[in-house]
Amino acid sequence: MARIFRATWPLMALLFLAILFAFGLTRDPSVLPSEMIDRAMPEFELTDLYRPNVVYTQDLLLDDVALINVFGSWCIACEVEHPKLMALSRMGDVKLVGIDWRDTREKGQRWLRKNGDPYDLVIFDEDSRLAIDLGVTGAPESFLVDKEGRIRYKHVGIITDDVWSNILSPIINDLKAEE
Amino acid sequence: MIAELGHVALILAFVVTLLQFAIPMIGARRNDVRLMLFGDYAALAQLCLIAFAFTALISIFVHSDFSVKLAALHSHSQTPFIFKITGVWANHEGSILLWVLILSVYGALVPVFGRSLPLSLKARAISIQGLMGLGFLAFILFTSNPFERLIPVPTDGQGLNPLLQDIGLAIHPPFLYLGYVGLSMPFAFAVAALIEGRVDAVWAKWLRPWVLLAWSFLTIGITLGSFWAYYELGWGGWWMWDPVENVSFMPWLAATALLHSIMVLGTRHSMASWTILLSILAFSLSLIGTFVVRSGILVSVHSFAVDPERGVFIFAMLLATIGGALGLYALRANTLRARSSLNLVSKDGALVINNLLLIAATITVFLGTFYPLMVETFTGAKISVGAPYFNMTFAPLMSLLLIFMAVGPLLKWRSDSLTKYKSTLRKGVIALVLIAVIFGLFGKSGLGGLSLGIAAFLAFGTLATVGKKIRWGEVPKRESWGLLRAQPAATFGFIGAHIGMAIFAAGVTSISVWESSDLRELKVGESIALGHYEFTLNDMTPGERENYQFLGANISITKGGANISDVYTERRYYPVREMVTTEAGLHLSPTHTLFAAIGEGNPDTGWIVRVNHHPFVIWIWIGALLMALAGFVSLCDRRFRHRSGEKTRSDTLVIS
Repeated sequence: MARIFRATWPLMALLFLAILFAFGLTRDPSVLPSEMIDRAMPEFELTDLYRPNVVYTQDLLLDDVALINVFGSWCIACEVEHPKLMALSRMGDVKLVGIDWRDTREKGQRWLRKNGDPYDLVIFDEDSRLAIDLGVTGAPESFLVDKEGRIRYKHVGIITDDVWSNILSPIINDLKAEE
Repeated sequence: MIAELGHVALILAFVVTLLQFAIPMIGARRNDVRLMLFGDYAALAQLCLIAFAFTALISIFVHSDFSVKLAALHSHSQTPFIFKITGVWANHEGSILLWVLILSVYGALVPVFGRSLPLSLKARAISIQGLMGLGFLAFILFTSNPFERLIPVPTDGQGLNPLLQDIGLAIHPPFLYLGYVGLSMPFAFAVAALIEGRVDAVWAKWLRPWVLLAWSFLTIGITLGSFWAYYELGWGGWWMWDPVENVSFMPWLAATALLHSIMVLGTRHSMASWTILLSILAFSLSLIGTFVVRSGILVSVHSFAVDPERGVFIFAMLLATIGGALGLYALRANTLRARSSLNLVSKDGALVINNLLLIAATITVFLGTFYPLMVETFTGAKISVGAPYFNMTFAPLMSLLLIFMAVGPLLKWRSDSLTKYKSTLRKGVIALVLIAVIFGLFGKSGLGGLSLGIAAFLAFGTLATVGKKIRWGEVPKRESWGLLRAQPAATFGFIGAHIGMAIFAAGVTSISVWESSDLRELKVGESIALGHYEFTLNDMTPGERENYQFLGANISITKGGANISDVYTERRYYPVREMVTTEAGLHLSPTHTLFAAIGEGNPDTGWIVRVNHHPFVIWIWIGALLMALAGFVSLCDRRFRHRSGEKTRSDTLVIS
């Protein structure tokens, strides 16, 4: 027995790791973990970026389809994404909710003053409370929430023209058509 | 036209490699010399064909031929000349082609340097090299053809990722690959030896220089990468325990263990099965390094080629390569006899401990890197393992290793006694305590003092070993100097590598314990104070260069009113890629680095300026480069060359 183990332990270790990797490979890191799709928005109680006395909860996202966008004044890619969000805001197709993540009120507000504020409202998430529950891995990251307040899609990275017209826009139209 | 020629060369290389795998293997089985020698010519032909393909790809990039998709995606007509060339391997397809090119170089070196080897061993090793080349060429031809055309032809390319437009990157991956792929040599020879059923001292002595070569290149590659991250990415750190850094570090740790165990096998004929396993492990970790960077299985800043489909191909290849080798090992392991019993107080014993510590370190890094993946696989939660884990686990292991590194080389082979070295060791321990107390008190850090003390202990132990070799103090000084000159190159390699390690450890300790930094919003004319230093933002000038716009800041550093240095930092905007990067301003000196980087801002409220003071940080890279240099010095050892006379049967450890 010991002899067999002496000869085959490296092979067994490899087998164990291979199974692990095989599972890992089938998961695309940019896809929302399946257990979160169609779940209700996680509960939260956070304040408005501009008005610290205004408190929002998950009920905020009922009634309408919304695009939630995680950003921060420290995030360079967000600056690249920003013009697209400004354009979406002008078109007014979808409710835009910002989450200002790991930021200070002052810097977040200044950044939006400088670049323009495309959001209907901005949630201030200094300590990653909501970001952790949403499984945010980096900024920018965007979520689509349906009329019932459930998360239906997650996009990691910049919303480009391509992403908007081929992915997000069709899903939003579907979500709007839902009763 | 040139793209098609390159593609054809790759297809021909694929065919040649198939023959290189099959014919020498059959020849070795039938004991047919002509079939065995075929491998030598096939290996050379494979090199020529792949070198042609690689040259073709370089020419496409240099001539900005954007009808080739790869050039269109990763180059631009305005990209500076040097980055057109480095752009060839700054992407997935090109870097894999570079990988195969280096594999074929090593493969072709076997017949050139392997004349003294047993014919069947050489033939089988060349055949295994061929098999690996076959896998990677198939990967290139079927999933990542670098010569794919693009229709319609774009007017210009998309440009190279600005982060990668740096001379550090130009040479970092080739060195890393020279190291990674160099480890294919011990792997091929380990598998060949398992097929042969014989692992002996001839095998070990022939292979050791190749392990040294790969190890030295890997050391340079990792050092350059670390330096690049420090000054180009502006992270303000020399090592981030980023997954992609870790996967290059693991093969290094395994190769370091292999370097030492193969020495034991060559001298004492023991640790045969362990050395075989290490050879397989070191190369497997290199493959995992390639695999992890290319599949995006672990997300990090480096993974600029995220592509799961290719990941599956590499995964299958990885499994077949490692699984095949370990399967073969499983068949042969129990017939492998250990020759001598081990005495712990001896050079062999110290090297076994060295190996155990290095492997423990490898497992530590492996767990830290892949634990998040395991957690995600089983619970779905995404977590990340950061520097605190590595500092907690890795630092103690390394401190222990440094202590054994100081004592081990003093000992004799076979068996020795520590009491003989009592007075030497006492002096070493006194040096350790003295330095620990002095730096601990003045630097206000007990751990910092202790680490520096251990580094000094290592330096002392290394010098004491040399002293023993040249009989310093026993014979007249002149005779000792004569003995020093007569030492083989390997001794100087040993000194360089171990002193390099001590310097490295001291540098790491200094920056970890005594660094300081600050971050503030500055308007022109304002300044930040950091310790004794004052950083003043003098002026901001916008401008435009070859392929980017920039905003440059001159920052002057003064100490007690006297100007020390003016550093220049800039933020660059690359319109082609819509990306912003930061070039940090560095003042490097032997005793410290002063580091300033400019961030976002505007003239009204000021710009964010980050400043760091890193004491002795440059010694980290000097120490590491000294280790690499020591590897090359060892290669000059005469004993590595005229070896045909040593081919005696009595050296042979038989697996029957």
